[in-house]
Amino acid sequence: MLQVGLQHFLIVSSILFALGIYGIVTRKNAIMVLMGIELMLNSANINFVAFARYGNFGLHGQIYALFVIILAAAEAAIALAIVLNLYKTFAKINVDEVNNLKE
Amino acid sequence: MDMTNLSELVGLLTPEISVSLFLVAIVIFDLIFNKDKKILPFIALAGVAVTLFFVVSQYGEIAEPIKSGMITVDKFGLYFKVLILISTVFVIFFTLSSDEIKASADRLGEYYTLMFGMMLGMFMLVTATDLILIYLSLELLSLSSYVLAGFTKLRSRSSEAALKYILYGAVSSGLMLFGISLIYGLTGSTNLYAINDYLLSSNGNVVILALASVMIFAGIGYKISAAPFHFWTPDVYEGAPITITAYLSVASKAAGFAMLVRILYIGYVSVSDATGHWTVIEAFDWQMLLIVISIFTMTLGNFTALWQDNLKRMLAYSSIAHAGYLLLGVLVLSNQGLIAVLIYFFFYMLMNLGAFYIVMLIANKTGSENINEYDGLGYTSPFLGVALTICLISLTGLPPTAGFIGKLYIFIALVDAKMIAVAVIALLNSVVSLYYYVRVLKHMFLTKATETTPVVKASSFEKIVLLALVIPILVFGVYFEPIINFAKNSLAGFGL
Repeated sequence: MLQVGLQHFLIVSSILFALGIYGIVTRKNAIMVLMGIELMLNSANINFVAFARYGNFGLHGQIYALFVIILAAAEAAIALAIVLNLYKTFAKINVDEVNNLKE
Repeated sequence: MDMTNLSELVGLLTPEISVSLFLVAIVIFDLIFNKDKKILPFIALAGVAVTLFFVVSQYGEIAEPIKSGMITVDKFGLYFKVLILISTVFVIFFTLSSDEIKASADRLGEYYTLMFGMMLGMFMLVTATDLILIYLSLELLSLSSYVLAGFTKLRSRSSEAALKYILYGAVSSGLMLFGISLIYGLTGSTNLYAINDYLLSSNGNVVILALASVMIFAGIGYKISAAPFHFWTPDVYEGAPITITAYLSVASKAAGFAMLVRILYIGYVSVSDATGHWTVIEAFDWQMLLIVISIFTMTLGNFTALWQDNLKRMLAYSSIAHAGYLLLGVLVLSNQGLIAVLIYFFFYMLMNLGAFYIVMLIANKTGSENINEYDGLGYTSPFLGVALTICLISLTGLPPTAGFIGKLYIFIALVDAKMIAVAVIALLNSVVSLYYYVRVLKHMFLTKATETTPVVKASSFEKIVLLALVIPILVFGVYFEPIINFAKNSLAGFGL
């Protein structure tokens, strides 16, 4: 019988984090980049909860995870508003095509 | 927690509470007087004045740093709060004469609300000594500034700036959060003092510690626009409304540096001896890392600024370079270096705000920040020409301006720490920066104005605001004792 321990959680969170970074680097669509960012934040959440549970650090880690969930929602709301506004002015949301500010 | 404890805690947070209450007041007044927005700037100014009163009275009362849970109230933090408040006052004045903001005057309520949101974030950031509170206040500051960067949403470059700002910002704060979670797993706490205790008592896993620390630095480096996390800076500074650009380049950067100093000088040092010198913890040598980053930052900032024709963009690169100089003060590991950072920031605030204000006045008239708009400005509008000259000379760091004193203290701290090579590189960088600042002077005084160059006249209100920035630059260049004493006084008792 497999015992689920701290290691398993850390492996999941590292995979999520790596996928998040991969998504941010490879995707051109702003929405997909935002999804990559969400993955990164959630991987940190898994870390917080897993460390709090297995390290016997009390409830702090789990409360931090709650904070981060709320914050991620706020960030996503603002980011989507900005992307929507961008779509209204440029009619596109690919990050590499919105590039007027370079000389 | 008993009641006396609670009331003490509320007493410690009076500046933050005052900012929050005025934030609510702005929202309410915006709803009540939704036809006439003229009252809003006055409420904002009143908010700043009341908060300044609380900050100053707290500065007088506190002798030793007061540690209370997630926050530490000390004079170091209060110094930065004063800086933030002064720059807020000026940015409110800038807003009053900004055509960009006037064009969307119906949303002024949101503008001031978000500005106070930024201010609240910065206040918490300079007070926090717990990584999770630092992260939350960093996000409060960032989320407000993302929206403000895209405030003039009808202009395409503004929405592009907001997009770039939020993407870079979210990625680096995500990295920072992951770093914090690793530190939490490693040390069992997010409190900086507890982290320091742990790092001193056991060596732990050095590789993970270094990885987590570098990730946390990504979040800070983004806020202070240090290379290689600076990519957003030129685009956002160019695209955002100039008032917000000025605010980002001064206040938000000041808060970022306060956070950097707090994290490094509480979490990552082992001892500070009586002479005010510090030692790095053995597990993670951040001094070397910062030396590389600061040299990289200032060299990149200065050399890229050389071929910028847009003045806003040039000032963005110049602010990157200044972040490099300021990092030098942080990395020398002495109280002298920290004092130099405090002094430099005060002067940097004056000269940078002044330069951005003049760029804004010109852009009000011409609608662009191109360097050609400045042709013959020294003759068509001598007042603006001379004022911009003083700001730029001060940014270069030449006497008799305040910028020279700031640089001088940084260099003294470097030489005292026997980092001659770094000092020489910084000096050479200053010489390079002279080129692009003087290039503006050349356009103002040696190039003739063409028929099409519009004549810019400053109103008397604008002249008074500008004089309030330029006269201190000249006065503090000669009589700088008060600021030095203020900075020294603020650092007393700082540390573990």
